[in-house]
Parts: sequence; structure tokens; C-alpha cells
Amino acid sequence: MSQATRSVLLHSFVIALLVVMFFVLPEYHSGNLARILVLAVFAMGYNVLFGYTGLLSLGHALFFASGMYGLGLSIQFMQASPMLAMIIGLITAVVVSCVIGFLALRTTGVAFMIVTLMFAQAGFLTVLFFGKYTRGDEGFVIQRAQRSMFGFDLSQPFPRYFAALVLFSICLFLIAWLVHSRFGKTLVAIRENEQRARMLGYDVQRHKLVAVIISGTMSGAAGAAYALLFGYAGASFAAVQYSILPLLYVLLGGAGTTIGPLIGTVFMFYLIDISSEYTEAYMLIAGLVLILLTLFAPHGIAGLVRKKLVWLP
Amino acid sequence: MDFGPYLFVASLEGAITAAVLALTAVGLSIVFGIMRVVNVAHGEFFMLGAVIAWWITSLIAGHPALGFTVALVAAPIIVGVIAVVCNRLVLHKIDYEPERTIVATIGLLYVIQQTTLMTFGPEARPVEAPFNQRIALPWFEFGESGFALTWPWGLSTTTYKLAVIVAAIVILLILWLVMTRTKIGLIMRATQLDQEMAQAHGIAVGRVYALVFGLGAALAALGAVLVVPIQQAHYLMGGDPLLLSFIVVIIGGLGSVLGTVVAAILIGMSDGIISVFFTPTLAKILATLLVAFVLIFKPDGLFGKRRE
Amino acid sequence: MSIISTRGLSKHYSGLRAVNDVDFDLPEGQVRALIGPNGAGKTTFVGMLSGRIKSTSGSVSFLDTDVTELPAHKRMSMGMAYTFQITSVFANLSVHENVALAARRAIKGPAPVVNDKVMAVLEQVYLADRTGQIAGDLSYGHQRLLEIGMGLAQSPKLFILDEPTQGLSAAEVDGFIQLVKVLSENTTILLIEHNMDVVMQTAHYITVLNFGETLAEGTPEEIKSNAEVQTAYLGST
Repeated sequence: MSQATRSVLLHSFVIALLVVMFFVLPEYHSGNLARILVLAVFAMGYNVLFGYTGLLSLGHALFFASGMYGLGLSIQFMQASPMLAMIIGLITAVVVSCVIGFLALRTTGVAFMIVTLMFAQAGFLTVLFFGKYTRGDEGFVIQRAQRSMFGFDLSQPFPRYFAALVLFSICLFLIAWLVHSRFGKTLVAIRENEQRARMLGYDVQRHKLVAVIISGTMSGAAGAAYALLFGYAGASFAAVQYSILPLLYVLLGGAGTTIGPLIGTVFMFYLIDISSEYTEAYMLIAGLVLILLTLFAPHGIAGLVRKKLVWLP
Repeated sequence: MDFGPYLFVASLEGAITAAVLALTAVGLSIVFGIMRVVNVAHGEFFMLGAVIAWWITSLIAGHPALGFTVALVAAPIIVGVIAVVCNRLVLHKIDYEPERTIVATIGLLYVIQQTTLMTFGPEARPVEAPFNQRIALPWFEFGESGFALTWPWGLSTTTYKLAVIVAAIVILLILWLVMTRTKIGLIMRATQLDQEMAQAHGIAVGRVYALVFGLGAALAALGAVLVVPIQQAHYLMGGDPLLLSFIVVIIGGLGSVLGTVVAAILIGMSDGIISVFFTPTLAKILATLLVAFVLIFKPDGLFGKRRE
Repeated sequence: MSIISTRGLSKHYSGLRAVNDVDFDLPEGQVRALIGPNGAGKTTFVGMLSGRIKSTSGSVSFLDTDVTELPAHKRMSMGMAYTFQITSVFANLSVHENVALAARRAIKGPAPVVNDKVMAVLEQVYLADRTGQIAGDLSYGHQRLLEIGMGLAQSPKLFILDEPTQGLSAAEVDGFIQLVKVLSENTTILLIEHNMDVVMQTAHYITVLNFGETLAEGTPEEIKSNAEVQTAYLGST
């Protein structure tokens, strides 16, 4: 069996499993799973940059928020249809990632981390600054009437879950394909040894920029979908915490693997969900997991599996 | 109040910000300069300093100056010890690898902040200043009778605020003396210049790192203890000092202590003055963008020399 | 016709003249050795040819085009290949993928075409039985061969090799000499080399650098009998 076939089989199996889950799980958990799928898209976007290109961004909340507010504000103030709003959200994310990529990629390593962190912080503060429109921390609700697409009411559990799953599936196959493409392999080469990739004649800067744009756009798509499916946009989604979460998901699940982000999101989501029942200091868990992962399992869950089972895309 | 006196008060407030910021940022700067790591949890050490100061002063009855004096000595030491433990348990284990250190210190940030939330609680708590006399400040005027000094209403400060500025200057001078005149300072500077060479000359680099990390955190805590009678202790108070310290350290040239102090004065003063003209949010937006653009276009800081 | 040439090429590091005012011409089809004592500026010089290092002044032209301002990757895609002095392979990727990365950039064809090229190259550098191995697990000598293979896979017009035989065993050095002889039939080769046996057996022509300047140029025989070259070497050892 060729790697490409195995990859298609594995990913189809994951998606089939997710379809079954909706009917098996009680409503509370399938609702969570819809949220997890959207957040996993965010993590997959993050993974394109971190896992495959080796660039550690601390500012992905900016891309998530670009999609979220691109969609949310165009529905709120332009009465845009969900489809149009989705497109506006995506375009916003593309534009923002072009600009950030162009600027931030002049730096590397630690400076890149800080620059992305600062840009995202500036983005978060901008959301607060225009509180008149964004309603700042409090955020705004997108009315149920404005959230139906192709005749499906996305505020209902069934359409909402499957809308999330469709988005997730598209992104999963896109990434599976990307990883096997020339472009994806070049990204891995850049991650492994940037100097060498350059001296093989690859335009490293251009590849990195495209990676930022793909990563940012996918994160933006997740942000837009989040606002549309759950009917809410707020500044907390632009805050530092939402830049750290995808890093956490990807580290936990396994950087540079196609399904690692999903695994990481599921685990982390439930860890936080369960701990928040006991304490309001639920981010304590996130902090502990971050430290433990850096200390003991830098390759995450999928990394461990890959070590034992040899193959994983 | 007229604009002139208003600006005067703003610069005085700015000087206090600058003094506290200089302490905090120098802490971050020596950690970066000597250990070559960025400590994202630095703001939490600041917060711990303030919270522990509150805790100590609330334990000690009697004149507020008594509790405060104990806090001024004990809080930085306690925070320093906590930092040394963090260094030993985490940073040392990942070999101070720059990118992993950032991720790990983000983890530390949440652990420290959220543990404080669980124990200290979400309220902001005040600490009483050891002394706090109001001083009216003079202002000059060119009236019909020529040059004259006046005491406009509202133009005042307190003895405590002036003491904060003096204390910060004294502490920085002591630090400078330690760094330049003592053996331990020499060892630190040697480690900064060439870690491997220092090791070869029998310097226990591991211990120097522990010391530096502890010292960096203690300086942040010291800044916090000084400012807590003016500001109140709160579990989320570490965010702003972290951002400002970043700005200062980056603009001053990464790892340069003198550059850091100069930048702290500049940023602290302008922070006070800028807030007269801009809303705080806009000022922060501009500040974060400034950091980003300095790193992109002048990575050695505005005052730093280009290294080849 | 010169495939690559420089005029007045210099690199100064805050006062230190690593390379100073070098005029250099390499005719197509030649195997040229670049020799000189340690610190003579050889690596800096080829760094400027390949674009890894920016020159302070002077010009480089490749295939009759002025490439002084072109970044390294553009020069590589024009038909240069470069192997690093310190082995620089993709240590976590397979031997096959290492070479494929090089081949893919040069041949735009579909996967099977790339694969054929990769296998042909691996055959040439004696690594055909190790395609699946992780590059980092290879022995040092095999990693050096892999490096050369990555250069070959680009089918370069000019192949710059920075101390390729450093750290190789005697048998591996012999293999390398054979390889260069085969390659020289279709490729111009610029070789930085310390091992004089290798130089004498492979080079058509030799350039000697000393203190960043051209000390002498000539055939292996001429260089061998050049008194200045001998003092330069004796002085350095």
C-alpha cells in the first residue's frame, strides 16, 4: 500500500469515526465535539507553520480573530449573508497574514516569537479600542436568524456539528495533500535545515511567507466558523490565551503530524473543561501541561505513537 | 489646572513608572544578557512580589512602616527563591534552549498566576505606605509682577512617591557596583561574554544561572514592593510590567543593562506624558507596535550597536 | 569561455581583509582546485561565489550574467551547486528524501522522474543500498557522500565542493577521486581541498589563495614547483 493510499484511508477513517460520534455521544459531548472540531482546524492551521515549517508563532489569536471579526462585523453592520460574511472573514485573514508574514519573517527564532506576540497583542488592543463596534471584552451575539446557510439553521446541534465536520474534513485533506506535495516537503526541509534548503536553490523566504498565509487563513477560517456556529464574537478570542492554546494543542497532540492537532485539542479541551468545574483557575492546567510537555514529551502524543508504530503522516 | 503644571505632575508620575520599570526591566535584561533566554514569566515574579508584600504586611501588626520594611527585604528574597526553584525544575532541565524556554516560561506564567488566583483570590488588595505626607509643589508664573512662584491647587505629590524614585536609584547603583566591583559580578560578566570559556575557567555556570535567574526575579519583586502602596496587589497585575519590560529591554538593546536603564527612563517618562494625550489603550497599541518594529528593523535596539 | 568569474572581489570584516581584490576566471569544463593555508579566505571566497556571504566590493558573474546582487537561492537555480565544509544534510530525513529535495528543485517533472534521478545519483555515490536510512544515522563518510549526491542531483553546471574529503578514510578518498573524474566529463568543478593527493590527481588547474589574495595560478606541475607557494605552506605549518 503506498503512503498516499494509507494516508487517505487513515483520514477517511478518522472522519467516519467523527460522523459516528455524533450519533453515539450524548448531546453535551457532541456539542463539545463541534467546538473541538473548529478549534482543531485552528490547531491544524497553527501546525502548518509550527509543525511543518518550524516557525513558532505566539500570535495566532490575531488570525483567529481576523476571521471571527471579519465575519461577525460584516453580519452585524452590513447585514451580510453568512456565506458572504464567511468569505469576508477569510479575506480578512488572508490580508492580515500577508502583512504579518511580510513583516515578521524578517526575523527568526526568538525575535519571531516576540514580534508575532506583539502584533497579536496590538490586534487585541485594537479590538478593545474600537469597542463601540466590537463591544470589547463583552463581545456581541450573532442572532440565530442570521446564522442559517443553505437552509440549515446552524444554531441547531445537528447542522452545527456537520458544518464543523465539513470544515474540519476539508482542512484535514488539504493538509494531508499538502504534506505529500512538493511544497510541503520543502517546508519540512526548511524546518530541518534552513541553510541547506536555501543552498539547494529554494526560495526560503517565499516558502515561509506562503506557509504563514496558509496557516493564518486556516486559523481565520476557524475563527469565522466559531463565530458563525456558536453565534458569538468577543475580544477574549483575540487575547494571548488564544495564541497559546493552539500551540498547546499542537504540542500535546504532536507537531508535524496530520491528526496530532485533533488529538491535542480533544485532550486539552476536556482537561480544561473538567478542571473548570472545580476551580476558576483552570488555566493552571494549561500551564502545567505546557511545562510537562516541554520537559518530557516535546513530540506530543502522535510523536510517541509514531515512534512506536513507525508510520504516521 | 493649567497645562504646564498638569504636565509637571504627569512627568513626576512618569518618573515613578520609570523607576519601578527600570528595576523590573533590568531584572529581565540581566537574565537575557547572561542566560540568553527570554523569561515570559517575569511579570508574574513582579506580581508575586506585590502579593507577598501584602501578605507580610497583613501578618505584622503595628506601624505600617514595620510590616513594609520586612516586606521590602523578605518579598524579593522569597520570590528569588521561588525563581531559583523554577530554574532548577524547569529551565535547567531543558538546557536553556531558547524556544523551549519561552514555551516553558509561558507555562510558568499560568501556573504562578493561577495559583495566586486560587490562594490570594481575585480581589485587588491595598498595602499601606510606610509614610505618606502630601507635599505641595511650586509652579512658576510670569504675572504682572514678573516671575513668581505659586502653589496651584492639586499640584502635589507624596513623600512616599519621591522615596520610590530615590530607592530605585540607590538599588540600581548598588547593582551596578556589584556587577562591576565584586567577584560575583565579574563571574557573571565572564559568563555573559563566553559561557564555554567561563566553564573552562572553573566557573560553575549552572550556579551562576540559578543566581542570575533568582536575582532577575528578585529585582522585579523589589520593584513591585515599592509600587504596591501606590497600586494595590492583584493576581493579573503582571501583564503590564511584562509588556513594558519587554519594550524597554528590546529598545535598550537586548542584554545591555545601561541601555535598559536609559530606555526605562525614556519609556517610563513618556508613558506618563503620552497618557496625557492618548487613551491608555491607544498608547499600548503604539507601544506594542513599537516593539515589533524595533525588532524587525533595528534588532539591536535603538541605542544598540550593530554586531557583526 | 568562463562559467564563473570575479573582478576585484573583496570581503572585509571590520578591518580584517578576509578576501581582497580577487580576479578569478574558471573556464567551462575545468576541474579547478582552490588551495591555501588555513585562514587564507577560501571558504569566504566560495561563499561569495555562491551567494551565502555578501561581498564588500567587486563583482561576480555566472554564465555571463552579473549575479553580484542575486541571493544564493537564485544562483543555485541558475545551475550552481554547493556542498558545505561542515556536513549539512537533513539529519532527520531519509537518504532518499535528502537527495529528492535536491532533485525536485532542479527537475520540475513528476514523482517517478524525480525518483529515477535520485536512484541514479545514489548509485553514483555508493549509497543505493541505504535509501531508507535516516541521514543522521549514516557514518560520517557516508554523510559526506550524501552531501555530494545532493549536489549531483541538481545536475549543476558548476559544482562547488568545500573540503569534500575532510575526514574520509583512504578508501573513501579513492572513491571520491574516481567520482570527480566521472563528473568532470559534464560538469565544471571548483574544489577547495587540503589533501594534495586529491588535488594532484583531479585538478586541471590550481588557484592558490594566501591572506585573501591570489598568490599563484597554474597547472599542478607549475604549482608544485612554485617557490612562493611552498614558503606560504611551510610558513603556515
